Amino acid sequence: MIVKVCVGSSCHLKGSYDVIEKMKEILKKYDVEDLIDLQASFCLGFCAQGVTVKADDFDKATVDKIGDNQLLLHNVNKDNIEDTFATKIYPLLNI
Amino acid sequence: MKVFDTNVQLIKYNILKEVIKKAYADDLVNAYSEIPKIISPGPKAEYRCCIYKERAISQERVRMAMGGNKDNPNVVEVIDIACDECPTGGMFVTPACRGCIQHNCMSVCPRGAISIVDKKCTIDSSKCVECGKCTQACPYGAIIAQHRPCVQSCKVKAISMNEEKQAVIDNNKCIACGACVYKCPFGAIVDKSFVLDVIDILKNSENNTKYKTYAIIAPAIVSQCRYGRVSQVVTAIMKLGFHQVVEAALGADITLYREAGEFKEKGIMTTSCCPSFVAFVEKNFPELTKYISSSDSPMIETARLIKHSDPTAKIVFIGPCSSKKMEFRLPKTHGLIDCVMSFEELQAFVDAKDIDTTLCEDTILDNASFYGRIFAKSGGITRGITDVAKDMNVENLSPVAMNGIDECRANLTKLKFNKSTDNFFEGMACDGGCLNGALCLNHGPRNLQDVDKYGLEAKEKTIENSVKLYKLNS
Repeated sequence: MIVKVCVGSSCHLKGSYDVIEKMKEILKKYDVEDLIDLQASFCLGFCAQGVTVKADDFDKATVDKIGDNQLLLHNVNKDNIEDTFATKIYPLLNI
Repeated sequence: MKVFDTNVQLIKYNILKEVIKKAYADDLVNAYSEIPKIISPGPKAEYRCCIYKERAISQERVRMAMGGNKDNPNVVEVIDIACDECPTGGMFVTPACRGCIQHNCMSVCPRGAISIVDKKCTIDSSKCVECGKCTQACPYGAIIAQHRPCVQSCKVKAISMNEEKQAVIDNNKCIACGACVYKCPFGAIVDKSFVLDVIDILKNSENNTKYKTYAIIAPAIVSQCRYGRVSQVVTAIMKLGFHQVVEAALGADITLYREAGEFKEKGIMTTSCCPSFVAFVEKNFPELTKYISSSDSPMIETARLIKHSDPTAKIVFIGPCSSKKMEFRLPKTHGLIDCVMSFEELQAFVDAKDIDTTLCEDTILDNASFYGRIFAKSGGITRGITDVAKDMNVENLSPVAMNGIDECRANLTKLKFNKSTDNFFEGMACDGGCLNGALCLNHGPRNLQDVDKYGLEAKEKTIENSVKLYKLNS
């Protein structure tokens, strides 16, 4: 799975880098560094709802389960990213 | 509000605007016949001997706006029929010479080239070295120097005259800095425009559905388009059809980081971000090329970040620079940049599409740090590398900012003969740095203030986060 954190201008000002740093810690804590490729992406197109995080490149089981090949998360910040990860992203790994 | 410094820029802009309009109207076939008549409606000629010559020159300008001579690898070309064959006589005594008694001209002449014949100053051209002292000494200002502005502007002596007295550029010497483009009072030396390629990139993206188009914008933009805010210019660029605008200054942060690391190993190094400076070293100091930093320019580093997060992205660099038009086609840039457009071309593009920047809403542009943004001025890299070196425990750094080709030559000569006490050489071909780049809309001291202020407005005060982004994506 690939998790992309938007680093476009708008999200940058809202704290993308803090989210990325926190995500690195979380991936380590949940021991999923090998399963999730963390990337930065320029503008995902939701400037008003930043910071935006996008998860994609799912395996087939996940796509079938959620009926979509990507997951968009908005209004993410360094304080809510761990909750968001645990409830929205981690379950998609099917482990 | 005045947008351009000179009328020559205005003519180039008007031609570009018409070409862009024709491109969008799918009517480029009529560009050569119709645009010259729009530019010079007649019946009387405005600048040249007759309306026919004026229109013929406009046709050549249309050709340059549409890419110029494809067989000439140089991005700067002479429009030979536009060259007004300026006099090259050197020192010339005008009738303002009053035949005075003091003869200041004679006493200051270091070569004894001046004598008084029939009470008037006479200059022996075989002795005269054109130092210009007499022009300043004459209380009547009666002696003038007749130099060609193009020849004077060219610091690498790449411009000479052919038998027709027209300017000719020696591509082996030219470093594509564009100084002659800005300085020729007749607009006879012009940079090639690739704006039609930009239009193709935008059109073929089918509103960013086939692939996404990105504009990388040079930090010098802040001193341009003064009629509006940078955040409005960003919106205007997006209205042209770009998916997103990213600051080149973000790549500058990364270039700075890499240069500091590289310096630690090399001990002596020059910068590599100014392609004209790099060409200058290669052509004039081949023995010093080993010192040129192997770090990529901010334009390339920014493009690399974008292509990493979006591999099918098409990227256009928008800047003040003619030599970036040369750089993006060099093999060392790995095709990361798809096209380059100047600030002049951007202005023409926005106006051709009837976008009123002053009415555009604001789109935030904030990717880079303070240091990345002040890369645009002479001394900016020196300032940045000094602070970054401190943080990275790089010792014995002694940087020098070489402002313009003359200073580059002086400092590199010292380096060549081991007489330099400096070890980090920041080279910029344009006087003052990119903020006075040849293809800026306006030039002058205020540009420096604008860039400094823009630097302070960046959210990031250090390059730390830009570097993290670089590491994450590599």
